[in-house]
This record gives sequence, structure tokens and C-alpha cells, in this order.
Amino acid sequence: MATVRLSFSPAPVHVRTARLVGVAVARRAGVREDLLDEVRLAIGEACTRAVALHRQYGLADPVLVEMSDGGSYAVRVVDRAPIEAGIGLTALPPDELANESLTDEALTTGVGFALLAGFVEDLQVRPVDEGIGTEVRMVWPVGR
Amino acid sequence: MELSLATRTVGEHTVLEVGGEVDVYTAPRLRERLLELIDGGARHVVVDLGRVDFLDSTGLGVLVGAHKRLRTAGGSFALVCDKEPLLKIFRITALDQVFPLHPTVEAAVGAGPTGANA
Repeated sequence: MATVRLSFSPAPVHVRTARLVGVAVARRAGVREDLLDEVRLAIGEACTRAVALHRQYGLADPVLVEMSDGGSYAVRVVDRAPIEAGIGLTALPPDELANESLTDEALTTGVGFALLAGFVEDLQVRPVDEGIGTEVRMVWPVGR
Repeated sequence: MELSLATRTVGEHTVLEVGGEVDVYTAPRLRERLLELIDGGARHVVVDLGRVDFLDSTGLGVLVGAHKRLRTAGGSFALVCDKEPLLKIFRITALDQVFPLHPTVEAAVGAGPTGANA
């Protein structure tokens, strides 16, 4: 099993780098070409969420992305925000999306989660094993 | 690819052509441009996503924000998109039920301010 770890300062500019690395490792691991757009989007959404949480809580700690291929392609995106922040992730129904009172932040969070849930069949959001934070774990099959 | 933004006028519509990647880093520039257009008096805005190769939740949030703002101002907002990967994003988030989506700028403009506001 090969593992690639990337940790980056919680700044929006680095999310693109995480997407590029995530897709490069996915391709190398043997994830089907037609799934790579979804891998790119899902890793981007998970990292965007982590960056937003770190900024919301004023955390300078890096966001960790760990990619491994052991029979499947697994990606973990780990943030260090208090756990209650990670709860309440829900997809929003269409009539809520255009609701005037919905804040841009709540909308983006809801839409981001809808994308994660919609594009990743094997998705887990859970507390990290040690310390403070949440881990978004995504798994894709490899075609080899 | 970096974000590119270009504006043109077609009849009473303002068409904003977007290219490249719209994500958490570049979406603020898209938001600024849309606000400039709306504050500058544009009331019927068509955003052409034809050359966009990546769009995330932050970009979608900006588009919903512009849609709401124009609706409040009595205007209209429509999107041009014919790429299946992007259309899938709109379907999964149910935003295809919020935005008028057209395959071409001509179709979006042809739908007229009333049609585009449906």
C-alpha cells in the first residue's frame, strides 16, 4: 500500500493544490478515468470545508490530506476544529436554497455537503481518533 | 486554469462569460464582478459557464446570491451550461430547480427577461 500525505496552511489558495495532488494519486492508484472529475470535486469540497472551519475558529493548524491505495483509493481530510462544528451537515432541499433568509455561508455548506454525499458512495464524517477535529473519509474503487 | 471573466451586452441582457476554475479561492472575484454589474444597473444577467472546467459549492453559492439579489431588484438571472459534468452538479444539489439553465446564450436571451425569471 502506498500513502501520500499533504498538509497545508488553511488558505483557499492551497485547495487547488490538494485537488491536483488528489487526482494525480487517484490516477496512479488506478481509479477509473470517468471517476476522476468526482474525485477532484469531492477532495476540493472536503478541503474547502476544512479550510472554512479553521478560519471560522481562527486555527492556524494545517489541514491534513492523506491518500492511500490499498485495494481501493481512500482519502482522509482532517480538520482540527471543535467537533460540534462538524455536526449539522445536511443537504438542503431546493425550496430552502433560494430562501432569502438563508446566509451565503449556510448555503455553501449545505451545497458542499450535498456534493460530497452525491458524488461519494463510500463517505464517512467522524471525529478524529485522537485530539480535536473531524475526519472526512472517502473511498473509491480502483479498476486494476 | 485561472478564472477569466468577460462581459458583453446582448439586447437588454448582460452576459458574463466565465472561464477556468471557480472555487473557494477564485469565487470572491466572481462575486465582486456580479455585484459590480448589478450595482451598475444590470437587471437581466446571463452567466455563461461554457468555458468553466471546475465549479464547487463556493461558486454555486455566489450564483445563488446573484440570483436572489436580481430577483429582489425585479430582474432576472439565467445560466448557460451544456457540459454534462457541470449539469450533474446542478442536479445533485437540486439547484437545477432554482436556476433557469440554457444550452446556449441565444436560448437564454431568447427566453427573454420573463422566461429567464421563471
